[in-house]
Amino acid sequence: MSKQARVLRPEAHYITEEPYYEPVDGEITVFETAWRHGLPVLLKGPTGCGKTRFMEHMAWRLERPLITVSCHDDLTASDLVGRFLVRSGETVWVDGPLAAAVRSGAICYLDEVVEARKDTTVVIHPLADDRRELPMEKLGELLQAPSEFCLAMSYNPGYQSVLKELKQSTRQRFVALEFDYPSAELEARIIERESGVDRGLADRLVKFAHMTRNLKGQGLDEGASTRLLVHAAKLIAGGVEPVVACRAAVSQALTDEPDMLVAVNELSSSLF
Amino acid sequence: MAARTPLAYEAILAELDHCLEVEFTFLHSESLAASIAGLPADAQHFLLDWTRRAAATSTNLAFEFAQRALTILGKIELEVIASWCLHAMDNYDRSGLHAAMLVIRDLDGFLVQGHQRATGSLFESSVSVLNHFVQGLDGRQLKVERDETAWTNGEVLYLPGIMAHFDNPEDNFQLYKAHVAQLWAQTRCGTLNIELAPRFAALPDPAHAQALFHRLEVLRLNAFIAHELPGLYRTMHHLSKTLGDAPLPAEWHEAEQALGTPGVGVEATLDWMVRLYDAPLPAPLCYQGKLRPEATWAARQERLARDRDWLRQMLRVLADEILGEPESPRETLPAFELKEREEASGEELLPFEITLQDAPVPVPEAVRGRLTSVILDLGEIPPEYLVPAGDSEYDPDLFKKKENDGQDVWSGTYHEEGAFFYNEWDHARQAYKKDWCVLREIEVEPADTNFHHATLEKYTGYVRSLRRTFEILRGQDRLLKRQRHGDDIDIDALVEAWGDIHQGLEMSDRVFTRQHREERNIAVMFMVDMSGSTRGWINEAEREALILLAESLETLGDRYAVYGFSGWTRKRCDAYRIKDFDELWNDTVIGRVCNIRPKDYTRMGAPIRHLVRKLGEVEARAKLLVTLSDGKPDDYDLEYRGKYGIEDTRQALFEARSEGVHTYCITIDREGPDYLPRMYGAANYTVLDDIAQLPLKVSDIYRRITS
Ligand SMILES: Nc1ncnc2c1ncn2[C@@H]1O[C@H](COP(=O)(O)OP(=O)(O)OP(=O)(O)O)[C@@H](O)[C@H]1O
Ligand SMILES: [Mg+2]
Repeated sequence: MSKQARVLRPEAHYITEEPYYEPVDGEITVFETAWRHGLPVLLKGPTGCGKTRFMEHMAWRLERPLITVSCHDDLTASDLVGRFLVRSGETVWVDGPLAAAVRSGAICYLDEVVEARKDTTVVIHPLADDRRELPMEKLGELLQAPSEFCLAMSYNPGYQSVLKELKQSTRQRFVALEFDYPSAELEARIIERESGVDRGLADRLVKFAHMTRNLKGQGLDEGASTRLLVHAAKLIAGGVEPVVACRAAVSQALTDEPDMLVAVNELSSSLF
Repeated sequence: MAARTPLAYEAILAELDHCLEVEFTFLHSESLAASIAGLPADAQHFLLDWTRRAAATSTNLAFEFAQRALTILGKIELEVIASWCLHAMDNYDRSGLHAAMLVIRDLDGFLVQGHQRATGSLFESSVSVLNHFVQGLDGRQLKVERDETAWTNGEVLYLPGIMAHFDNPEDNFQLYKAHVAQLWAQTRCGTLNIELAPRFAALPDPAHAQALFHRLEVLRLNAFIAHELPGLYRTMHHLSKTLGDAPLPAEWHEAEQALGTPGVGVEATLDWMVRLYDAPLPAPLCYQGKLRPEATWAARQERLARDRDWLRQMLRVLADEILGEPESPRETLPAFELKEREEASGEELLPFEITLQDAPVPVPEAVRGRLTSVILDLGEIPPEYLVPAGDSEYDPDLFKKKENDGQDVWSGTYHEEGAFFYNEWDHARQAYKKDWCVLREIEVEPADTNFHHATLEKYTGYVRSLRRTFEILRGQDRLLKRQRHGDDIDIDALVEAWGDIHQGLEMSDRVFTRQHREERNIAVMFMVDMSGSTRGWINEAEREALILLAESLETLGDRYAVYGFSGWTRKRCDAYRIKDFDELWNDTVIGRVCNIRPKDYTRMGAPIRHLVRKLGEVEARAKLLVTLSDGKPDDYDLEYRGKYGIEDTRQALFEARSEGVHTYCITIDREGPDYLPRMYGAANYTVLDDIAQLPLKVSDIYRRITS
């Protein structure tokens, strides 16, 4: 491992090595076609099921830079578009990630878009319909997106909060791709590939994941995601006992409720 | 202390006659007195003392106690006898004389338990973990309940109240788990799918046959567990070894081999039962539990009928969704079909997808669950389970007889003052009936607030943790100053910066203010079912739930109102005011909550429209209507039952959403899942199986849907 972090400018950073991604159901073709026609894409699905990985893969495939914005409730429109900053007594304009992506014809990926405030979300509207333009009010400019530019966002409909539903006027602008946990077979293959554990162990981990997914809505908000399984598998590959690895990487990540923790741990120790 | 003098027969008799009130109770105290007279002084005093105490609770109990105690004095420590008597009195207070007498009669049980309570694992303290555990396992949704012995009817796993074979709670808990695994395996491996009783009866000694079959079946189930849950199997093996379970006789080894082969069915076990009928029978294993063939078979037949009806109703909903609403009643609909999924692995319980007219259909979770249940019972899904219900079957309630018609009774209310009129949706007409319902607001009379105190007491710990949780949620609304960027200019900072520039200094770029975290600004309306069907503990649970909820909301500061609803035909829809948005949570309001009483029927459309209108009158960033109900819409007039009521409610909720009101439903109806998705949309409801959970869950749900 190198000791220093590399500094990258996202709008000029191209992914050169193919990110490993197992297609589940034609999503690559749909995305590619949408991109060719300038349509924005919405990725729906639970946490840790491969949305981000899919975007990286698509960025590589389409040879575009990928600019990811993690949305949160403090995110303002200027955080996306840009703002004047005062530097050494002078005001200078700095592009936000969205504007930077439009300028460079990159893929802009808004992660967990429902977390952003509604008034923030609307700035993407003109960019997400056939106008494909980004008004930059403070600058008095209108950015017209080049054909390479692509807008994508993710959304997890599983969280039941009524305050975090996506507005119809937003969601109806997007081509939606539904993501879910892969089939058992595929999920085991992903774990094997990502961590280096053997197939038998990967199968057991998938089984464990299914057990926790059975508990969704019965005391767990979510079952174990593919991501958590990959984490556990990596620990196991590194020499940690499977039961211990599951406890650390999966159970603790799923719940704090004592009885549920015991139950989930009992389930994993039943398997290994 | 001076040694006490022994009492004479007369004195003892007088004392007994007095405390046992023999004058009225006619208890025969003479022989008891004679026996006591023969005891040493200390024992006499001890016994009389406790008899007197017990008599203050019940003379019968005291008499029984004295007689029993006589037989064990000197053999058992006095403290133990005293605590046995106390335990009986406790039981009397809780459950009456009969329960108390049982304690007295079962001294051995008390002694064993006394030891067990110290080292055993108790059902009450394990059930929550075991329930989660069993739900994590594949297959049917099983429940864990308590019974005398461990057994299962295929849907409930029954476990004894205490596990105490080991001298430490951990191993005893593992023993519970081992039982759960065995019983679960029975439901997964088809043990219960054969009518066993006649097969046992065909042999000379049916009881022997059953014991033999069970012990053999354990071999087959263990092979399955060893394959599916190797870790657990190791534990089971260890438990069994530690407790010294008998090894298999040599004659059994071949059977063990054969039944351990993957894919072998229950018939194989029955074959071996016949073959080994005369061989020695090893004792049952420590985690084996019992078989109850008759009860199990009956439960299976009932379950199958239930699952079939439920599935057909639900498929009807799906079919209507896919094919569009019918114009005329539909008696026969195309059947759904099963298609093997290509990527399905051999181990999956449900390796199918479901198609309608050759197009794959997304299957709701609840349907998947029922299909799994049928597969477990039958090994397949017979085609007749996949035929959507025809119109005449759509809602069995629809054709129930009713003696008279309520409309005339209330003809006067139509013109009453202060009444609101609301449209109702007629799904057959696909149009509104104008001003069809008359709704009045009625204020609930406050009662005393004892129920409130009792509830807070009952849930002390929980209320405390609720407050904590909700405090965190509340957050704080702060204006951050001197920010690098923000929504507004921080004048103070700007002036300072300006000054700096003129001084020739570098100016700071922290000249903005930013609002940190928005105010919640939520208004929520709770609509509580006060229909007659909530009578009893649903009503009580609703009141408890409201009290706990109000405590949370007070912490949170969200604005809330509470209305009850019930009614009697379209001419009398009532909305009971319990708390309005601008009312405080004071004794009057609390008194009203305590006085929520079940009334009549459940016509939901009109009250929803009314409460949405009330929500329309408040200013809030987010508005929420949460209904708490025990079942589907239903009214005295036949028309509102079944589909009509569901469709009108759905329409009312749809109107609510277009008014910007979010809706959420909490229901205690087991059958809920078949109509709720249609009414509320798949994500916007919760079904509670267990009424006892309601008070605990409501605040939890509220937190989830508003954070
Ligand atoms: N189809 C897939 N192909 C390859 N790897 C996958 C796939 N699905 C999931 N993974 C693995 O799961 C991990 C988590 O996926 P990812 O980070 O893309 O989740 P996500 O859907 O973006 O989650 P979140 O919503 O929490 O951001 C990846 O790092 C990868 O190891
Ligand atoms: Mg992601």
